Amino acid sequence: MSEFEKKIAQYKEKINNSKNLRELVVINSEIFGKNGILNLEFKKLGSLPVDEKKRFAETINKIKQELSRIYKVKNNEILDKDIIEKVQKEKIDVTLPEKEFKIGKVHPVSQVIDEISCIFSEIGFSVEEGPDVENEYNNFTALNTPENHPAKDMHDTFYLDKDMKTLLRTHTSPVQVRTMLKGRPPFKIIAPGRTYRSDSDQTHTPMFHQLEGLHIDKDINMGHLKGCLNYFIKEFFEVDKIKMRFRPSHFPFTEPSAEVDIGYRIENNKIVIGEGDQWLEILGCGMVHPNVLKNCKVDPAKFQGFAFGIGIDRLAMLKYGINDLRSFFECDYRWLNHYGFDPLDVPTNYRGLSR
Amino acid sequence: MKFTKNWLNDHLKTKKSEQQIIEKLNAIGLEVEKVEPIKNELSDFIVAKIIKANKHPNADRLKLCDVDIGGKENIKVVCGAPNAKDGLITVYAPPGSTIPKNGMKLEISKIRGETSYGMLCSGSELNLSKDTDGIIELGQKFNNSIGKKYFKNKDSNNVIELSITPNRPDCLGIRGIARDLFACGYGDLKEIKNTKFKKTLKHNLKVKIEKNKNQACSIFGSCLIKNISNKESPSWLKERILALGLRPISAVVDITNYVMFDLNRPLHAYDLDKIKNSILVRNSKKGETLKALDNKSYTLTENMCVIADDEGPLGLGGIIGGVRSGTELDTKNLLIESAYFDPTITRKTAKALEINSDAKFRFERGIDPQSVKDGLLMATKLIVDICGGEVSNFDIQETKKFKKKIIKFNPKLVSRTIGINVKDKDINNILNKLGFETKTKVKNIEVKIPLWRPDIYGEIDLVEEIIRILGFENVKSIEPEKVRTKSTLNFYQKHFHLAQRSVASKGYYETITWSFSDEKKNDKFKEDLETIRIINPISSDLGVLRNSLYPNLIYYVEKNLNRGFSDQSLFEIGPVFTGNRPGDQITVICGIKKQLYDEQYYKKVGHLDIFEIKRDIIQTLVELGINKDEILVDDKSPTYYHPGISGSISSKDGKYLFGYFGQIHPKITLDTYGFEIYLENVVSFKSHNKKNKESLLLSDFQKSDRDFAFLANKEIKASLLVEAIKKVDKSLIKKIKIFDVYEGKNIPLDKKSIAIKVTIQSDHKTLNESDLSDISNRIIKSVEEQTGAKLRS
Repeated sequence: MSEFEKKIAQYKEKINNSKNLRELVVINSEIFGKNGILNLEFKKLGSLPVDEKKRFAETINKIKQELSRIYKVKNNEILDKDIIEKVQKEKIDVTLPEKEFKIGKVHPVSQVIDEISCIFSEIGFSVEEGPDVENEYNNFTALNTPENHPAKDMHDTFYLDKDMKTLLRTHTSPVQVRTMLKGRPPFKIIAPGRTYRSDSDQTHTPMFHQLEGLHIDKDINMGHLKGCLNYFIKEFFEVDKIKMRFRPSHFPFTEPSAEVDIGYRIENNKIVIGEGDQWLEILGCGMVHPNVLKNCKVDPAKFQGFAFGIGIDRLAMLKYGINDLRSFFECDYRWLNHYGFDPLDVPTNYRGLSR
Repeated sequence: MKFTKNWLNDHLKTKKSEQQIIEKLNAIGLEVEKVEPIKNELSDFIVAKIIKANKHPNADRLKLCDVDIGGKENIKVVCGAPNAKDGLITVYAPPGSTIPKNGMKLEISKIRGETSYGMLCSGSELNLSKDTDGIIELGQKFNNSIGKKYFKNKDSNNVIELSITPNRPDCLGIRGIARDLFACGYGDLKEIKNTKFKKTLKHNLKVKIEKNKNQACSIFGSCLIKNISNKESPSWLKERILALGLRPISAVVDITNYVMFDLNRPLHAYDLDKIKNSILVRNSKKGETLKALDNKSYTLTENMCVIADDEGPLGLGGIIGGVRSGTELDTKNLLIESAYFDPTITRKTAKALEINSDAKFRFERGIDPQSVKDGLLMATKLIVDICGGEVSNFDIQETKKFKKKIIKFNPKLVSRTIGINVKDKDINNILNKLGFETKTKVKNIEVKIPLWRPDIYGEIDLVEEIIRILGFENVKSIEPEKVRTKSTLNFYQKHFHLAQRSVASKGYYETITWSFSDEKKNDKFKEDLETIRIINPISSDLGVLRNSLYPNLIYYVEKNLNRGFSDQSLFEIGPVFTGNRPGDQITVICGIKKQLYDEQYYKKVGHLDIFEIKRDIIQTLVELGINKDEILVDDKSPTYYHPGISGSISSKDGKYLFGYFGQIHPKITLDTYGFEIYLENVVSFKSHNKKNKESLLLSDFQKSDRDFAFLANKEIKASLLVEAIKKVDKSLIKKIKIFDVYEGKNIPLDKKSIAIKVTIQSDHKTLNESDLSDISNRIIKSVEEQTGAKLRS
């Protein structure tokens, strides 16, 4: 064994015996450094005869590779050992609270409006809107509600002027008027929005939300109205069957008019929608009155159809078990947190309305 | 409108049960609101059991009884009856009840120092027998009835309360309800008996309807009844008056009420002796006064319809009578009025004077003008039957003839509207039963509308009658088609929904607050906008339409603060009003944050600052599809923001104002930050600047960061430096980041140091040292030239 080979054997042992990275770094430069043994050996290359050079170089390269391999193994071994030692010292009390993640909430009324839009989108309705401040004509007159008629008493109206010509809309029905006046039939719209009546008690708030529906075409009859509402109510409450009854009623802007009740029962102090022998009134509807069509420049001899109005807040209360209408507008942080929806919880047709 | 099945039987011969009738009424549009047992003066008396009859401590002949009245605990009743003993079942009268024998109203009282809660009754006290010797002894079979009513209604009649829609005045009378049920095949409508009686007197009071413009009265029928003896009503009548929820007063008053509810025919009874000379139905003069039967005095304006005598108004036509000519128990001679008043004019008058009465409620909905005579007949007959007296002939003043409307009705409209075929025969049948006369012509049915149906104007109203009586359950439901020809949401609406969820995803809780606000609070935020007052607000603190979303949000944030929430983010997306005409409104998204110092174990959460709010507004804009390089941030903001800690965001060209952000002015509220986004402006900007996503070009050549520190004057905005750098070379400068702003030690007082890291990378080659130093020099030069800042050495 040459002197060189002896040294190599020693270094191999040295690598294998080294305890930490610091020792290893020193060994590293002694072997592979500028003045390391490998480089020193390589320098001999110049003085060798040509035919030996190749063999000599091959031998050293082989040794170099061998040393590198051993070195890497040892290095990794020490690194691993260090990490393991370090990890063993690190211990965190994972029961401490996680970092706060602030996600906001969407108001249940907004969520329900999205749900409703989603349901009606499926059967071809599009969303229309109208202003909160309306004129007397759109809110009453065009809707066949004559001046000084007791029917107006049902709407306690907020007025903005002494002549009572501008007002806060008492229902979303003026959107029907606006939609028909600006377009041509057929019309197939829903219109959600804020509505106002000067009424404030346990079950009434001066502002609330309504959804208007309007479908006008050549041959839309009450059968379509029934089918449409039946579909909507079933989809909205996410039930397969719904008990529903139409009761004749009176609205100046529809004829025939009806109120719709849905069946329910109380189970464990909770309301179960769709079955049972109790009735709950949830919406008003009917065939659009020919006078309304005329006022909106639609020929009632050629076109007809239905309209309906639903209280959105009430739907939200029923679906999500909210007892107090007034709480919708009181902005209590606890309430918003409890009844609000995750903004990622977007109602869609393909994924479903609610999680 | 209230009635009982019993009363209904006067008009309808039917075998249907009360329950069947209730269901049918609901099905034909006469909504049943309530069904409850008739309340009468006997319904208070309860079956009770004496558990223990103790001796009264202070009186030998009295007993202090523990009585079980079906409640949780026994009560104490002092009783003097010799037969009061343990275990006796008897009748108990609670405090508040009235003893039929003597009309005494019971109260909780002390008898010889012991409190007695009510009384145990004898047969005589209840007018059941002459037995005064002791309390009633009920047998053991009443053991299961303890706590229940002793007097059960013989026919267990309930009061049925209907909510009658304003189009159906005819159903404000029991006759009308019976007619509707008859049309459904629920029995036969009975004829009204037209008993004749002798009219022995001559109507000698002069009655005239004055010809006035807008005279409300067009028929005034009346008759005199003399020498009556007015009295308490007989029990059958009292019971019906009680069933209506009214208080029995006297036979005369009760009878006029009875007729009103029976036939929907309001009447008025005057004390004839109190009328001066004659009756003139005329329009009021300004300033005339009337003390009405509701004990209020009304000052009339011009042209209100009054019934007057020579002294002045006796009553308001169709609305309310006056005290001056009111009847009393000792009234001897009567004038009975049965008239027709115009709905609209009557309503106007009642509204102006704020009077509500049963008569007004009926007249404003439309009374059958032909019922004038029927009402007089029925009332006079009842009065003569009960109070005696002599009746005069009927005087009917009439200024207008009411003719029945005729509608040409195409029966095909029925199937066209409701989607099912109804035979002409059935259509005719329903209409006839409802009182419509029909004549079949070639294509049409000619329908004559009875005068009690003022709500029927045209064909469609008749369709409603048909389907109402047939029942909506006969309409066949048609499944909706799942076709969409138009997109559900328009461009603006899509942004509304996106904005809502975008802000909510940043930790804000969505609220919905009133569109109105408190004027004082609103004033702080209205800037140049006009105050929009509501004429009739629900309360003064909701008196104006809001000119900003802040006043309500701040109010609620502070309320939550009081509930103990020191870290809050709220937002609202909704209308802000800019004027009082329809459409004078914009949609604003307003977020508000209030955070008091909050310590967490892992790090101290720094105090909320403007850059957090700025991040939220900018990120929302980005999510709405506006690129960061399309916006311009400036320090202009409305006065309700802190002047030094707030800014505006608009499009680069300044044409579109996207919103404001910053700290709310501390004089309004402390430590509160907020932002406002003007949604219409965002949407408008986007629709005018439509762009496709640029294709992605990535460079794999080496990038280099160069740091610069500039000394700039304090008032120089950092964004100016960034702009100056950007301009140097858009393709090479990939990123500019301000990483430090420093004022203080080693910096002149009027200067600040801004440190900026610029990332430089070419898309085509690796930049060498000289390329880099070239661009660095250009950056320094550009910044120095455009901002006056100097590179720190």
